[in-house]
Amino acid sequence: MTASAEQTARVALVTGASRGIGKAIAAGLAAAGYTVVGTATTQAGADAIGAMLAGQGGGVVMDVSDAESVTAAMATIQAEYGAPLVLVNNAGITRDNIMLRMKAEEWDAVINTNLNALFRVTRACLKGMTKARWGRIINITSVVGTMGNAGQANYAAAKGGAEGFTRALAREVGSRAITVNAVAPGFIQTDMTEALPEAQRDNLLSQIPLGRLGQVEEIASAVTWLASDGAGYVTGTTVHVNGGMFTG
Amino acid sequence: MSSIEDRVTKIIVEQLGVKPEDVKLEASFVEDLGADSLDTVELVMALEEEFETEIPDEEAEKISTVQAAIDYVKGHA
Repeated sequence: MTASAEQTARVALVTGASRGIGKAIAAGLAAAGYTVVGTATTQAGADAIGAMLAGQGGGVVMDVSDAESVTAAMATIQAEYGAPLVLVNNAGITRDNIMLRMKAEEWDAVINTNLNALFRVTRACLKGMTKARWGRIINITSVVGTMGNAGQANYAAAKGGAEGFTRALAREVGSRAITVNAVAPGFIQTDMTEALPEAQRDNLLSQIPLGRLGQVEEIASAVTWLASDGAGYVTGTTVHVNGGMFTG
Repeated sequence: MSSIEDRVTKIIVEQLGVKPEDVKLEASFVEDLGADSLDTVELVMALEEEFETEIPDEEAEKISTVQAAIDYVKGHA
């Protein structure tokens, strides 16, 4: 796919881009021609993103769970790169526990980083998109937000919430040619799934019609498509990328 | 340099796509000039740009008429 000139000029912001799915999304958008800004919670992480993007954007320190950090990072991004017209809300954490054992801190941390962050970062980017009368907001959710998963009540609540947010915001900003969508990965090969015991892994695979875990690049390609001009009529929806383990 | 009234009127005409003669001082953006809630936010953003000022959200919510916009600019710019 050749990038349009407009696409090349666009700044794409990807939160949580130092590893896993976020890293692949940042790389995918850079390959598609965008100027990509990736965020990480540490300077080392931001530097690594900068090295990966090799001049086609850079890394910025941002803790999406902290309002002040978001404000400061957004000011830096605005000054150095201009207003992001593509936003990928990817940063997320898990604090798995069964409900009977779940601590308030585990609940709060997951809701704050995975859901409240959408409020902070999206709000900070919306003015620029409104002004440009063009924008793409892509929220990375999870199949767990729709299916649920034992031990992940906090995560499922945050991801389900993010999909509701996606639908509501899509209605709000559609008149400005800003689209808002979610990409819901199933089980993707990352450090997290790598650590699973073999029995649990086999059990997982038996529930996936395609019989394998997904690759991070397969999430990135869905995101790159949603960001493109070609996906301009798609809004308010969730694109499931899960090997068929859940078919809405 | 044109007057603040003229500059505010020009912005309203551009942002809301209305005729200059409809931009009367007492006109309400939503009720008289057909603005929706997003339009009013964009109008405030345009005023901020034109007059190089930051309008806090609490103040922005009060700017609902042409007169209120002019008064705000005169008091702050």
